Amino acid sequence: MPSARRVMSDLRVFGRGYLRNAAGLFFGLIFPVILIVIFGAIFQSGLSGTITLYVQNHDTGPVSSSFTTALNSTGTVKLVIVSNSENFSQYLSAHSASDGIIIPANFSANYAAGQPVNVTLYGNPSQSSSQIVSGTVAGVINGFNLERYGGSQIIGVTQTTANSQVTKYIDFLVPGLIGFAILISPMFSLVNISSEYKRIKLFKQLSLTPLTKMEWLASKVLFYILLSSVSFLLMTAVGVVAFHAHVTLSPWLIPFLVLGPMFFASLGMLVGTISKSTETASVVGNVITFPMMFLSGTFFPISLMPAYLQTFAHVLPLFYIIDGLNGVMIYSNYAQATLDLVVVAVITIVAFVAAARLFKWRED
Amino acid sequence: MIPVEISDVKKSYGDLHAVDGVSFSVNEGEVFALLGPNGAGKTTLIEILEGLRKRDAGAVKVLGLDPWGNSGVLHKRIGVIPQDFTFFDKANPREAVKYYADLFDVTVDPDATLKEVLLDDSARVLFENLSGGQMQKMGLALALVNNAELLFLDEPTTGLDPNARRAVWDVIRGLKSKGKTVILTTHYLDEAEQLSDRVAIMDHGHVVAMGTSEEIIETHGSGERLEIHGTEQLATYIRTHTKLKTEYNRKGVISITINQKEDALTALTAVEQSGLDWHDLHTRRDSLDDVFVKLVSGTIDEHGEIRAENANNNSHDQRRR
Repeated sequence: MPSARRVMSDLRVFGRGYLRNAAGLFFGLIFPVILIVIFGAIFQSGLSGTITLYVQNHDTGPVSSSFTTALNSTGTVKLVIVSNSENFSQYLSAHSASDGIIIPANFSANYAAGQPVNVTLYGNPSQSSSQIVSGTVAGVINGFNLERYGGSQIIGVTQTTANSQVTKYIDFLVPGLIGFAILISPMFSLVNISSEYKRIKLFKQLSLTPLTKMEWLASKVLFYILLSSVSFLLMTAVGVVAFHAHVTLSPWLIPFLVLGPMFFASLGMLVGTISKSTETASVVGNVITFPMMFLSGTFFPISLMPAYLQTFAHVLPLFYIIDGLNGVMIYSNYAQATLDLVVVAVITIVAFVAAARLFKWRED
Repeated sequence: MIPVEISDVKKSYGDLHAVDGVSFSVNEGEVFALLGPNGAGKTTLIEILEGLRKRDAGAVKVLGLDPWGNSGVLHKRIGVIPQDFTFFDKANPREAVKYYADLFDVTVDPDATLKEVLLDDSARVLFENLSGGQMQKMGLALALVNNAELLFLDEPTTGLDPNARRAVWDVIRGLKSKGKTVILTTHYLDEAEQLSDRVAIMDHGHVVAMGTSEEIIETHGSGERLEIHGTEQLATYIRTHTKLKTEYNRKGVISITINQKEDALTALTAVEQSGLDWHDLHTRRDSLDDVFVKLVSGTIDEHGEIRAENANNNSHDQRRR
């Protein structure tokens, strides 16, 4: 008969040990929050941000200054004026910059006279920033051309989105990194302790007490459910308070926060159990963990990845957890979340049963 | 009830006969030592008794039960310190005792238990910061939690410094005085002599001698000897002028076997007649060390630890490590 006293006592000893271990505490609770803070800060104003555009203005007339003012007011580029005495392309190289524009000396006069005049645009076609600069400059030039002939816009644009809320990067980041936290702590910890306890024969020692291996495994699963829940609350709080993430909290999240840690604790246990040595276990654990860490939609939505990687992502268990969290937290799409939950539940049961069966207190 | 009774127990790993036909019984309240070099089969045997390993052949009764198949019941009634006792790094002895009390579903006063093993002064020191001796004492404390009638201590002082070993010995003596039955494995001769009522000397899976130290010395020792410091010339003189068995070693000690009282007088007369110089006369009996070296294919190093002669032939104990 499983005993609650034994499970709770093991949970207490393990949890206390965890809290006393600075490294474990850091990776389990602090590190994911740091990731939220770092990535949230980097991409706070969307993926683009403002791009520095160097300008060398050889024109002295009024049109060039209204042209630069128009560029500045797009909000997409930030102009930096370069002195006319500089060699422009050398200057760009010296500043590790690729985006620049030269306004020729007769710019205002030609504009007023209706004579064709060219600005020279520097850029690196392979960089998305240069593409943005080129589009922005072309837009401003079109406006000036239209104005020169007194024309007015016929086709306008009204912007809108499918969701009631505009989805920002931070909104993806919060569920993604919660998935990340659900993965790394139980996985690395169980891989490590299951192989290490075997090596130092601590399992054999525990087998001399009434504690059963199921009770032992249950207490680890419970612990990582608790840890993941705390981690979830911390990360959500930081995402919402510091970066104004728009996420929906709902009881639908609970099964993911329970099954996720249970799955990865079981998977870690399996890896540690079937590996002959601690070293092998750690290698196998890393081979399983690292692709999942980056390709399951943790740091960015998987829709940004090429098609073959998206296909690959669908075999990664973490994908279904994050997809489910996205479904609940961002889109309120419960049909998607239900489907993900079914996948997660099935693989969790398989992993837990396999871990409990293969894991031996001792060899004969 | 006789706590432990085994007969003709065998266990092989492939071609290696780790335990090869061992029989003995251990009485209630007795401290029984299994003494032998690394690889003699002590740990394999003790693990068979604990229900951790399955024997190939023979009969085993521990507290009236066959340990294999009854380990769940048995583990509640025995206390064990395995070889290389270890625990969670970040737990202290007090928490460890409480943990074991929960596992065994008993109520104990952790402080009293730790006092019993002389560890109350380090009750709140994390396991990783305990000294080797303190770790072993904590192991003893855990073995006591379920108030077991029978304790198995597998090399409880291996790797400890002399002071720590003596402290652990004090605890084991305390257990004996409380009437506990203790089975102890060790490769330290002095430990077996100091602690145990009876010793079984194991070598290559066999028990080569068993009994109290005195009985073993009586049975396997060479009896009384007269030892004189002198020259090889003197040894030769005694040998040729008496019928006594006389040996000479390089350290300048002449050793004469005394089978009856007159032999001593005969020997001394010969020494006197030789007119050769001598000093330091005394009589000597074989110690357990001497007997041990004779019986076991090994030597004893300067720490009193047994070294097996052939390291390759040595040990499943070590190979499993």
